[in-house]
Amino acid sequence: MDTRLEKIVKVLQEKAGATYEEFRGEVHVFINARQIADALTFLRDEHQFSLLSAMTAVDYWPQENPRFHVIYQLTSLTQNLSIQLRVPVNGSQPKVPTVTRVFEAANWREREILDMFGIEFEGHPDPRRILMPEDWDGHPLRKDYPLGYEEPQFTFNFEEIDVRKPYAKE
Amino acid sequence: MSEYQLQEVPVGPYKHLVSERAISGETMLLNMGPQHPSTHGVLRLLLELDGEVIINCIPDFGFLHTGIEKNMEAKTYQKAEVMSDRLDYMNNMGNNLAYVMAIEKLVDLDVPPRAQALRVILTELQRIASHLVWLGTAGLDLAAMSVFLYCFRERELILDIFEMVSGQRMMVTYFRPGGVWRDVPVEFESAVRNFIKIFPKRIDEYEALLTKNPLWLDRMVGIGKLDAATALQHGVTGPMLRASGVNWDLRKVRPYCGYEQYDFNIPTETKGDTYARYIVRVQELRESLKIVEQALNKLPMGPVRSDNRKFVPPPRSEIGTSMESLIHHFKLWTEGFPAPKASVYSAVESPRGELGVYLEGDGGPKPYRVHWRTPSFDNLSVLSKIVKGHLVADLIAILASVDIVLGDIDR
Repeated sequence: MDTRLEKIVKVLQEKAGATYEEFRGEVHVFINARQIADALTFLRDEHQFSLLSAMTAVDYWPQENPRFHVIYQLTSLTQNLSIQLRVPVNGSQPKVPTVTRVFEAANWREREILDMFGIEFEGHPDPRRILMPEDWDGHPLRKDYPLGYEEPQFTFNFEEIDVRKPYAKE
Repeated sequence: MSEYQLQEVPVGPYKHLVSERAISGETMLLNMGPQHPSTHGVLRLLLELDGEVIINCIPDFGFLHTGIEKNMEAKTYQKAEVMSDRLDYMNNMGNNLAYVMAIEKLVDLDVPPRAQALRVILTELQRIASHLVWLGTAGLDLAAMSVFLYCFRERELILDIFEMVSGQRMMVTYFRPGGVWRDVPVEFESAVRNFIKIFPKRIDEYEALLTKNPLWLDRMVGIGKLDAATALQHGVTGPMLRASGVNWDLRKVRPYCGYEQYDFNIPTETKGDTYARYIVRVQELRESLKIVEQALNKLPMGPVRSDNRKFVPPPRSEIGTSMESLIHHFKLWTEGFPAPKASVYSAVESPRGELGVYLEGDGGPKPYRVHWRTPSFDNLSVLSKIVKGHLVADLIAILASVDIVLGDIDR
C-alpha cells in the first residue's frame, strides 16, 4: 500500500473503526453507514479526494446481514491516489445517509442505486427513479429479481406466443 | 381528435425541482424531447422558461435502458464482452478496452506488447472517430451542415479500418482478455498510414470553417461556463473537465497499455465555456493522431494474445495435435474461466472522460457484478447548472458541447 494511503487508512481506523482489505493494489475500506458522510468530507477536505469517480452497490442475496455493499470510489487529482469506501447495509429496510452534500455527483448515483437496488438514501433531495419508469415494480439489479427474456416465436407456435406477449396498450 | 391536443406538463412530480413561479403558473414548463433532433438521442429535458430564458432544466432519461449490467451477470466473462460495445456506441473499442482491462486486472493476466500497441492505435482512432461525430453533430445543431458531411467522410476511413481488423464497423468486440482477437491483416499498416497522411489537412479544413467563423464564435464564446470546482463536484471528467482548466487525463497520470512510451500533450483551456470545449476536442484530434503515428512506427512483432491457456483459447493448429489444448479449448468455450472472489475497479480515458468498470467475481465463470461508470452520466448531471439564465437556443449549443451518448447514460 502507498504510504500516503496507509496514513489515511490509519486515521479512518481510529476515528471511525474502519477495517480494510487490499486486492491488486486497490484499498477497500469498510466503514459504518453512520460515518460515511463524515469520512467522505474528511477525505475531500484534508486529503484532496475531490472526485467521486464512481458509486454503486452490490447485492449479496441470500446473505441478509449485510445484504448490500454501497461502494464509493474516490480519486485524488493532486496526489494521484484512489481509495474505495464500502458501506455494508442490512437487507431489511436498507438505508444509508445521503452524501449529496459532500459530492453533488452522488445525487444521480444515489437515485440510480435507489432505482436498481432499493436502497434508500436518507435526506436525498430528489428521491425518484432515474432509469426505470416511475411505476416500475421491484429493483432490477437485486439478485432475487429474475432476468426476463422474450420467447422466440417460430412458425409452429407464433400465434400461441403472440397471445400472451406483452404489447404496448392502446 | 380532442385527446391528442397539446397538454400541459403536470407540475406535481417536479414540484421540488422548479421555482415557486412555475407552481403559480407564471413561468412555463416545456418538454424538449425525447424525440428532438438536438438532444443527441432519446433524452427528455423538462425546461422551466420565463419567456425564452431557462430558469430550470430537469433531464429525464432511461428510454434506452437495456439492463446491460444485469445481462452481463448472466453471461460468462468472454460472452459478456459483446454487451460492452452496445453501451457507448461511439466508443466501441474503448468500451472493450475498459472491460478486458478489468478482467485482466481481476485474474492477473499478461498482455503481449504487440497487442498493447494495437490497442493504443485502435482506441486512439476510435477517439478521433468519436470526436468527428461530435464535431459534425455539434456543427449540425448550430446550422453548419457542411462540417457534418466532411466529418463523416473521414470517420468512414476509420470505420473501414475497424472493419478490416474485426469484420465489424461498429460493434467490434476486437479486444479480448489477454490481447486482441487476431493479428491485423497486412493492409492495416498502409490503411492507417494513408489516414495519418490525409487527416492533418482535414483538421485544418474544419478549423478553417469553424474556429474563427463569427457565427460559430457568437453561438459559443461565453456560453455555458463551467468552473473547475463545480465540474469536480459533479464528477465531470474528460474534455469537459480539461476545458475548465483541470489537467487530468488517465492516459497521462495513470498510463495503461504503454501510453507512457508515447509523446503527446493534454490540451487544456481555462475558460470552461462551450468554445473552450470545442478547442480542446479539436486539439485532441491532433494529439490522438500523433499517438497513432508513434505507436504504428514502434509496433513490435510477436504474438497478439497471451499464451496463458487457462484464460486464452489455444490456436486452431494446436488443437489437432495436443490433447491438453483440446481440453482447454473445450473448457473455455463450454464453461468459461473462473475469476477470484474479489473486486477491481479499472478505468480508462474514453473520448468523453473516465470510463470505469467495477468488476466483481465470485469464484465462478460469470461476473457477480459489473458496474459501468460512464462519463456521459456524470457529465450530463452538470447540465442543469450551466444552462441556467441562457436562452433555449444556447441550450442546444451547450448540450452539443457536453457530448453525451445516451447509450452510455442509460446502459
